[in-house]
Amino acid sequence: MNESNTAVATREIMYREALNEALKEEMRRNPNVFVMGEGIAERGGSYKVTVDLLEEFGHKRVIDTPISENGFTGTGVGAALTGMRPVVEILFIDFSLLVLDQIINQAAKFKFMSGGTARVPMVLRTQGGVGNGLAAQHSQSLEMLFYHIPGLRVVMPSDAYDAKGLLKSAIRCDDPVIFLEHKLLYMNKTDVPEEEYTIPLGQAKVKKEGKDLTIIAWSGMVPKALEAAHILASQGIDAEVVDPRTLVPLDKETILNSVRKTEHVLIVQEAVRRGGVASDISSIIQEQAFDYLDAPVKILGGLNIPCPFNLNLEELIIPQVDDIVKAAKEVVYKG
Amino acid sequence: MKKYSIDFLSSLYTTMYKIRNFEEQGIKLYRQGHIRGYFHPYWGEEAIATGVCSAMNPDDYITSTHRGHGHCLAWGADLNRMFAELLGKKAGYCKGLGGSMHIADYSKGNLGANGIVGSGTPIAVGAALGASIRGEKKVVATFVSDGGSNIGSFLEGLNLAAAWKLPVIFVIENNQYAVSTPIEDSTGETQLYKRGIGFGVESVRIDGNDVLQVYETAKAFVDRCRKGEGPFLIEAVTFRKSGHHVNDPGLYLPKEKVEYYEKHDPLKIGAEYLRNAGLSDEQLAELQDKVMKEIKVAVDFAVKGEEMSKEEFLNFVEGY
Ligand SMILES: Cc1ncc(C[n+]2csc(CCOP(=O)(O)OP(=O)(O)O)c2C)c(N)n1
Ligand SMILES: [Mg+2]
Repeated sequence: MNESNTAVATREIMYREALNEALKEEMRRNPNVFVMGEGIAERGGSYKVTVDLLEEFGHKRVIDTPISENGFTGTGVGAALTGMRPVVEILFIDFSLLVLDQIINQAAKFKFMSGGTARVPMVLRTQGGVGNGLAAQHSQSLEMLFYHIPGLRVVMPSDAYDAKGLLKSAIRCDDPVIFLEHKLLYMNKTDVPEEEYTIPLGQAKVKKEGKDLTIIAWSGMVPKALEAAHILASQGIDAEVVDPRTLVPLDKETILNSVRKTEHVLIVQEAVRRGGVASDISSIIQEQAFDYLDAPVKILGGLNIPCPFNLNLEELIIPQVDDIVKAAKEVVYKG
Repeated sequence: MKKYSIDFLSSLYTTMYKIRNFEEQGIKLYRQGHIRGYFHPYWGEEAIATGVCSAMNPDDYITSTHRGHGHCLAWGADLNRMFAELLGKKAGYCKGLGGSMHIADYSKGNLGANGIVGSGTPIAVGAALGASIRGEKKVVATFVSDGGSNIGSFLEGLNLAAAWKLPVIFVIENNQYAVSTPIEDSTGETQLYKRGIGFGVESVRIDGNDVLQVYETAKAFVDRCRKGEGPFLIEAVTFRKSGHHVNDPGLYLPKEKVEYYEKHDPLKIGAEYLRNAGLSDEQLAELQDKVMKEIKVAVDFAVKGEEMSKEEFLNFVEGY
């Protein structure tokens, strides 16, 4: 099945259930797929993504690790290099900073350094984002680190449908994929087909069509952008919401097509504003669609600060629906 | 065992009792919605922080863990500011910006709890390195649990302290679990003191629920650290009194162990020492009463406290 809108039987499931289905299906399909991480076997993972895998696939393929992130991620790299397809889970993206050597110096480089003879078909699953008062060491959005490194794919699904289809493709990908989930999305539900499907890496999706401006958002910012678009519609502004879904490879065509149509762009990013993916997307738009723009590309990002524990202050540091509405209006009224 | 004065034993007991009830009240506040985010109670392990910290000098250093309330309190933290931090209030140790997992008091040598397992260890070694460069006779105690003893930061920090003969006491609070993972599943050597021996560090395994055993072990090591004989490692065997986190019922904890540690409770052992030293039940009740009153005042203080305003916050982060 592909993503065309032919009528298919669907049901509403949660993001975390969609991820769970993807893992199960891929593990059934290929005995070389295995998962490892902290508390993922009996306990089924902190966000319940790996529940029931142990019963079906056993301890050899559903591995609880000690708290040794750099070590077990490295064993994932080694297993991938020798024919396996590991899906390694790191509890929080903040802890992925402990495994950057294995990801950036090792996994991302082998194919290139070997002249194409080595492949590392590994998925690193982790989650980031602000939410629920988890403070500065458990709330970061660090996609930019991985986006910056040649040799990695970076996937950031914003709903259950995308999460399932993209995780399946990530597992089948012959190169390392950084699969970034968002802690506030796990319980969100969307329609997901009963039937098997995959979503190719590198295809953006227009989540809502519109003609007045393009709002580009990914991961946790997509539901907020959609809510903002809804409010804008009631005020006579017809916003289009584009979700790149994968940051690497980036579907420039879908983004540029939307920009050429609406001539106004707002990019919304949860990560801190400085040096983010939004800046890069903005530069691509200005290089390739400058003549279409009716107003400067606007970026709404997180404040350039760590995340505070206090909930009221926490809310302040990342874009909220009202901020998106306000920024969108600034973009269109400038024109 | 040496004879200790009732005053000294009372002070150990008071600290443990304070930690126990701090956690109990904290959990209550959490359930009432006053506290959000992570909350890892230290209860069940009170004797370790209490025994180690009371063997040290006020100008020494400690580093703590994600389960850090007990270390802070044993180090002398103020109850008001502790509760205020848990509630995200301005009067808290970190002005409400850190929360449970990041409480620290740099002005008093508490280099902080840590949200990243194991990351406090090299920091402790660095504090000892600095003190030794400055020629000060400070000692550093660094806490970690069984799970954290498997991470590179801990093992590298241990080796560095051994190589450079630094005055660090590595305290492994072996509560036998890392979240739901029992120690047997995470290492081939569950006698964690042997990690130290492997690096040439004098190491012992003790009953972490017996506050005097912890104190005496720590005191001997602290004194020897000051003479330049460090580092040392203490594996203090203990058990969490509940799940990993406030919201973890801990159903995976084996019943026999839970029951054993229910009896082998650090507070019960501490109270026994007091009785044997001649403290009456009424005197013990008085002592407990005093702590409970302080806690009540502190909870009240924290609940009524102000949060940092948006303006103050934006001022604070100016220049980032
Ligand atoms: C580097 C890192 N990995 C994982 C975590 C998530 N985590 C927080 S506490 C914990 C368990 C820690 O177990 P242990 O070190 O035994 O400490 P205990 O909770 O028993 O005090 C885990 C896995 C983390 N905070 N940091
Ligand atoms: Mg433990």
